[in-house]
Amino acid sequence: MSLSSVSEADTSTEKFLRGKYAICGIGETTYRRGSNETTRALGTWAIKNAMDDAGMEAGDIDGMLSYSGNDSTFSTFIAGDLGIRLNFYMDVHGGGSSTEALVGIAIGVIEAGMCKTVAIFRAMNGYSAVRIGGTGARSAVPINGDQIHHRAYGWQSAGQMFAPTFLRHMYDYGTTPEQVAGVKVAHSKHASNNPKAYYKTRYTVDDVINSRIICKPLHLLDCCVETDNATCIIVTRLNRARDCPNPPAVIQSVVGRCCKPRIDMHYQHGPISTVAGHYAKDILWPNAGVGPEDIDVTGSYDAFTFTTMLQLEDYGFCKKGEGGDYVSSGTIELGGARPNNTSGGHLCEGYTHGMSMVIENTRQLRGTADDSCPVGPDGKKQHTYDYAEGGCRQVKDAELSANLGWAMPGTGSAMVMAKDHR
Amino acid sequence: MPVQGDYMGMMLTIDDLDGENLDFFRYCGARDFRLQRGKQSGLLRYPPATACPWTSDRESEWVSVEGKGTVHSYAEVHHPIQPAFHDKVPYMIILADLDTQKGEPSADEAIRVAGNLVTADGEFAPPEMVKRVGIGTRVKMVFVDVVDGFAIPQWAIDEDADQPESPWRYPQE
Repeated sequence: MSLSSVSEADTSTEKFLRGKYAICGIGETTYRRGSNETTRALGTWAIKNAMDDAGMEAGDIDGMLSYSGNDSTFSTFIAGDLGIRLNFYMDVHGGGSSTEALVGIAIGVIEAGMCKTVAIFRAMNGYSAVRIGGTGARSAVPINGDQIHHRAYGWQSAGQMFAPTFLRHMYDYGTTPEQVAGVKVAHSKHASNNPKAYYKTRYTVDDVINSRIICKPLHLLDCCVETDNATCIIVTRLNRARDCPNPPAVIQSVVGRCCKPRIDMHYQHGPISTVAGHYAKDILWPNAGVGPEDIDVTGSYDAFTFTTMLQLEDYGFCKKGEGGDYVSSGTIELGGARPNNTSGGHLCEGYTHGMSMVIENTRQLRGTADDSCPVGPDGKKQHTYDYAEGGCRQVKDAELSANLGWAMPGTGSAMVMAKDHR
Repeated sequence: MPVQGDYMGMMLTIDDLDGENLDFFRYCGARDFRLQRGKQSGLLRYPPATACPWTSDRESEWVSVEGKGTVHSYAEVHHPIQPAFHDKVPYMIILADLDTQKGEPSADEAIRVAGNLVTADGEFAPPEMVKRVGIGTRVKMVFVDVVDGFAIPQWAIDEDADQPESPWRYPQE
């Protein structure tokens, strides 16, 4: 008798699409609370910005993908608004593990000959309509069947659901709240150099530890912000992307919604202080042909400070159990060896279910981080690499980025992108 | 027939097609904690599922299991989100390793059953009781009725068990 759920994942995928596709356009709305607009209007705005960024018109885009949790507008409405005639579209259910997974789907459908260029968007009124934190509409939904095993216990919001993983990591490895607060310190530092960030204030470890407890081990400042916004990335073949006005971010590898065993209730299979990145890394790195040591900038999902730490650890940026040291050492700050979430991420910039971190890394690879650095006579940013408050947030010589998406401890997606060298 | 009941202001419903959950919660209503045991593997599983996660075997039988275990990890909520829990904070969600089948079929596996920390009478634990509980605390199952014949399992401190001197708790109270 073979016991399937205890075996390691089969990661012997074929690896032949490395370096053939790229992100050629990025777009976003402002990051706000109180948009006073529909998700349809927000999505249209972000996609149009991405089209402009890619130098594309409606006729250049023939595929569309989106993700949501019953809180958005379907592709068909927005494609119609923008005059995009679709050869392919799909709207999937999902949150923070979606962007990278949908990039993989976009590559697949283009490779299958179904369409040529895919716009991927996420539009949400995450503060003023369906609150992502679980308040309001989400907690009013009737509790049925399988949900009784968690929601009847007041175990529903992301922080509540993930807390056993976070606490067990502290128990297993001696990780401290002060170490993990280093994530907020780093991301808030980055956000202070991001004019579009919702929160631009720099915070200290003490600020985090002294903010009120939401759900142990999470303080208020360990939790991300809820905002209203939309984001879009456009994926196409590398040779097509090279015709676009901005340098392509070349996709080296994607892994989509890779799961721990027993994903119906992942706590059944331990160690519960290990997250899906433990499995996803064995697809991500071999497909990319590089390892974590080669990466210049990361975008590790920060719904909470702990999610960033856990993923960086399980994708191999440090040894298992040493995530607390890694995120409190200065390594993940601008000026450190491998900055994480240089936009300020979901903790500070705004909450987009992961896509804004892909947009940020695309900018980093282009060398066009939209900070307060002066614009030269050629119209390009003159980056100073002075990371003092209000200054630069461009990583010097960024060649390779990694995005690590998170749906929950048991499910993750990831992507490696490279600067284009013709 | 669907089973439905108001629990702390939350409407809990089990559809009449949902045989797995109907059986599970009806056994709880009879104060009998039962889990499905796969016919081929002989392994118990939780929560209720339509096949055996180790063999994909769809055949199973309901087996009575002792409701005793150890806190594997927990969540301790201080900011209530759901209206039903506004007057319950701080409240704990416990994930307890059942003694039965702990470490099987692999070392890191256990049947980890969720529940709130409650008193032996099934009331939400007062704050001073919450402070006694952490990783390693021995717990026993109690049942709280939703309606007649439909109960949910909860966890109480097992006062008869040998308890660790100081169970692991998050350092900030």
